[in-house]
Amino acid sequence: MLKTFRIGGIHAPAHKLSADRWPVTLPLPEQVMILLSQHIGAPAKPLVAKGDTVKAGTLIAEAAGFVSAPVHSSVSGTVAKIEDIVDASGYRKPAIIIDVQGDVWEDSIVQGRFPDELSPQEIIEKIRQAGIVGLGGATFPTHVKLTPPPGSRAEVLIINGAECEPYLTDDHVLMLEKGEEILQGIRLLMKAAQVQKAIVGIENNKPDAIALLSSLAATVPGITIVPLKPRYPQGSEKQLIDALIRRQVASGALPVSVGAIVQNVGTAFAVYEAVVNNKPLIERIVTVTGNHLAHPCNLRVRIGTPIRYLIEQAGGIPADTGKIVGGGPLMGRALLNADVPVTKGLSGILLIPASEAQRKPARHCIRCAKCANICCMGLEPWRLMNLAEWKEWEPMKQNKMMDCLECGSCSYVCPANRPILDHIKWGKNELRLAAAAK
Amino acid sequence: MEFLLPAVIALGGMGIISAIILYFVSKKFEVQDDPRITEIQALLPSANCGGCGYPGCSGFAAACTQAASLDGLLCPVGGTETMNRIATVLGYSAVACEPRVAVVRCNGSCEKRPHTNQYDGTGNCAIASALYGGETGCPYGCLGWGDCVTACLFDAIRIHPETRLPEVDETRCTACGACVKACPKQLIELRRKSSGFHRTVKPDDADTLHRIYVACMNRDKGGVARKACSAACIGCSKCLKNCESEAIVIANNLAYIDDSKCTLCGRCVSECPTASIVEYLQTKEIVC
Amino acid sequence: MTTDKLIISPSPHIHSGDSVEKNMYGVLIALVPAWMVSLVFFGLGALIVTAVSIASCVLFEYLIQRFLIKGRITVGDGSALITGTLLAFNLPSSLPVWIILIGALAAIGIGKMSFGGLGNNIFNPALVGRVFLLISFPVQMTNWPEPGLFPLHYTDAVSGATTLAMLKGHFGEWPSYAAMLSGKMGGSLGEVSAIALLIGGVYMLWKKIITWHIPVSILLTVAVFTGVMYGIDSTQYANPFVHLLSGGLLLGAIFMATDYVTSPMTPKGMMIFGAGIGIITVAIRLFGAYPEGMSFAILIMNAFTPLINRYVKPKRFGEVINNG
Repeated sequence: MLKTFRIGGIHAPAHKLSADRWPVTLPLPEQVMILLSQHIGAPAKPLVAKGDTVKAGTLIAEAAGFVSAPVHSSVSGTVAKIEDIVDASGYRKPAIIIDVQGDVWEDSIVQGRFPDELSPQEIIEKIRQAGIVGLGGATFPTHVKLTPPPGSRAEVLIINGAECEPYLTDDHVLMLEKGEEILQGIRLLMKAAQVQKAIVGIENNKPDAIALLSSLAATVPGITIVPLKPRYPQGSEKQLIDALIRRQVASGALPVSVGAIVQNVGTAFAVYEAVVNNKPLIERIVTVTGNHLAHPCNLRVRIGTPIRYLIEQAGGIPADTGKIVGGGPLMGRALLNADVPVTKGLSGILLIPASEAQRKPARHCIRCAKCANICCMGLEPWRLMNLAEWKEWEPMKQNKMMDCLECGSCSYVCPANRPILDHIKWGKNELRLAAAAK
Repeated sequence: MEFLLPAVIALGGMGIISAIILYFVSKKFEVQDDPRITEIQALLPSANCGGCGYPGCSGFAAACTQAASLDGLLCPVGGTETMNRIATVLGYSAVACEPRVAVVRCNGSCEKRPHTNQYDGTGNCAIASALYGGETGCPYGCLGWGDCVTACLFDAIRIHPETRLPEVDETRCTACGACVKACPKQLIELRRKSSGFHRTVKPDDADTLHRIYVACMNRDKGGVARKACSAACIGCSKCLKNCESEAIVIANNLAYIDDSKCTLCGRCVSECPTASIVEYLQTKEIVC
Repeated sequence: MTTDKLIISPSPHIHSGDSVEKNMYGVLIALVPAWMVSLVFFGLGALIVTAVSIASCVLFEYLIQRFLIKGRITVGDGSALITGTLLAFNLPSSLPVWIILIGALAAIGIGKMSFGGLGNNIFNPALVGRVFLLISFPVQMTNWPEPGLFPLHYTDAVSGATTLAMLKGHFGEWPSYAAMLSGKMGGSLGEVSAIALLIGGVYMLWKKIITWHIPVSILLTVAVFTGVMYGIDSTQYANPFVHLLSGGLLLGAIFMATDYVTSPMTPKGMMIFGAGIGIITVAIRLFGAYPEGMSFAILIMNAFTPLINRYVKPKRFGEVINNG
């Protein structure tokens, strides 16, 4: 019996069109746009000005507080300007725009060896300085996650290799390409979190990755590879912890309260690069995919590359494209145009044809309870949508609306095509604003 | 027949006794209200719109009786007439209040502010604003889904089918403020409905509907704003330089006209290079 | 090549493809075996009653939506078809056309449209129609034709006693188990064949149209309750199998009680709902005046559904006792 989480969940068709495409490193673009806010927490503060010369790996913006992350230049060249550009949210946010010249890297970035002598605090500091954030898409600053609040201790490190979203394959190919490095990164994370055990959860639809990592992990003490039943949202922190160690994080609590720290495989690889090679987070693998796309592929790109450049490498934007989604189809954001840049959290670009992109008209709720049956947090989405429509703030809080992961399963299954998640997102936003105003 | 009489007596007796009990209980537990509250409530429009800031017309009536004077108390629906009548009942002097009207500060119609995307989410301004910046290049402008229309209790606002902008019906608007609260972009503002000052009509014609306002809320830099909408305020300050009464303030690349200082001379309207300042005169809209 | 205008909307950007129609037509497919059995045993009467019931339910819904409510026409979603079919399955095959029309009007007009259409009704519309007819026309509604082999009788069919009537009146010889399973016994159109109904139930479970909670809780409760009574006095009360296979129990448990709109929305709530139906059905069957209590039981528990939905919540993530 394959392990999986216990409450709810859906099985969406996988469409892993690019699963067998080895990552291709793209040539450099002419200009990159590096956003100052690519992580949860305060946006970074710029340290460079127009006209400054930078190299790949130069620190160009410093973290603004503890829950924040520094930002590095991903290319060498000259800073063209610092201005507001449209990002995935649809609003304009500040970014540093660099004209690319050559490919010169910072001198400190060299191939190193595994640093046995570093203490946990030193490892966490290197992770912080490298600007590493959760590469699964949540972009939570990694050094913050590795520093649990006083009173809580981690017992196990859980590595997320699930990649449960349809279409995305960037984690899959990373595991195949850089398996050994990922395991070394896990060893570093284990040391930083001061745990003896690490469990890597990989969904069963990636047998080659499971086989490879299992054989590599045989020589590394403390790391186990566990295959999981393909189910969405398996890759969500709380669900993964439930699946692997059968513990459920209480509402409002952190995963470390049940002794677990969860990191994505991509983050583990970035940690290896940062600690062993002194390389900050300046590039990542992005899946470019879509049913009508000519060549779905996985591309290794520098942060800040406009996504239009990536799509061109995959065969160009198909003429009948209706939507460009940054991320997976269930939790990603529909992008306003193809000039949005790659950020640290962008795992994929999905081009949906116009014939599949329109929502069907919403009908009256038929009370079939399918949304409640599949809600992985045990909530009642139909009730939360009603409460949001009637603006009933207290009942929203009592019905644990803030626990919603916004995974999208409810809107996905609703036979009446009701925009359940739209209303829940709005309700959560309003509750958050009201709490912040107090 | 024998069974009928006892039944009638029994039930009739129970009814009479219940009535007597209810009468005495209602007298004993009667809440002594200020009788003026009921009198004032009868004068109010009974719309219960909340425009006065109190919970319903009964709440406003209670507030009036408890206040020392009618300063700061205004029923926007009833207006000066109603406040005068309330003042007579209470024996206070009525405060003259300026009639106001809701003004939509966005002129980004479909032709001036072309759509760059097509929004397919829930047709609700609050949700669209929280999750996206709208379908055009200007994330500050009207989204066109009509939260203001839904909020209005007086049927005074509607979305124009061609421009996709809200239009206020001056004859129905009571300036209760519901649409102001409903708009997630804070586009709607309550401004003075009319003014005694006017260029060509006699100065004591106080009923003329006349106001000047900046129909834009875009705080992006001028070039960016202009690219998104041809009627955007670019913060060029030409209006500020030509204002004779220092009524204009420019902040965050956006001009704002303070209507307590504005003399309606109209110079800013002719100076504005993008025609983002609107002059509304009676029923005709003059945009220079 | 750039595209015209990209669509933006909040996530999710894909949909399962499920629709109201798929679920409704799935239920209709599940009802086909029972309908075929009714044609075999009740012949012409079954055909006429089913056709009239379905046609009139759809027609009344269309007319009410078009001329009274003047709103959207939703007859295409299949729910009126289902109401019509289930109403027919609750009627004897000898019921005259004019009574069926009244029943359809009660079912759609009172049971569904007066509450606001699909999604808003509190009571199962087919059962509202059926109970309305039962109380208004008790003689015609308890005139159960004897089963034959494609008989060509309609209102002139010879009637006999059903199993439950025999149980209530303590007379007659019950049909054999084979007859109860196949359907060669007296009763309403859809309730007679246990096997046909079970096939339909399994189909709906497979297609994930219904879950097992309501049918299982109803049948279990009935089995336990009647089993206890049978154990106390086997001469007075029939054994549980007879109760499970007779009357409208299987039809009600699989198709009527599982109606989305009128049943609770949590697994625990569904079990409470099913248990309530089971208890009330058996109480009416054993101690009440009517031989069959299923219709009343379901309608009574429908009234409790909003209360159950309000107080019974699903198991939340994080409430499970953590085990390492």
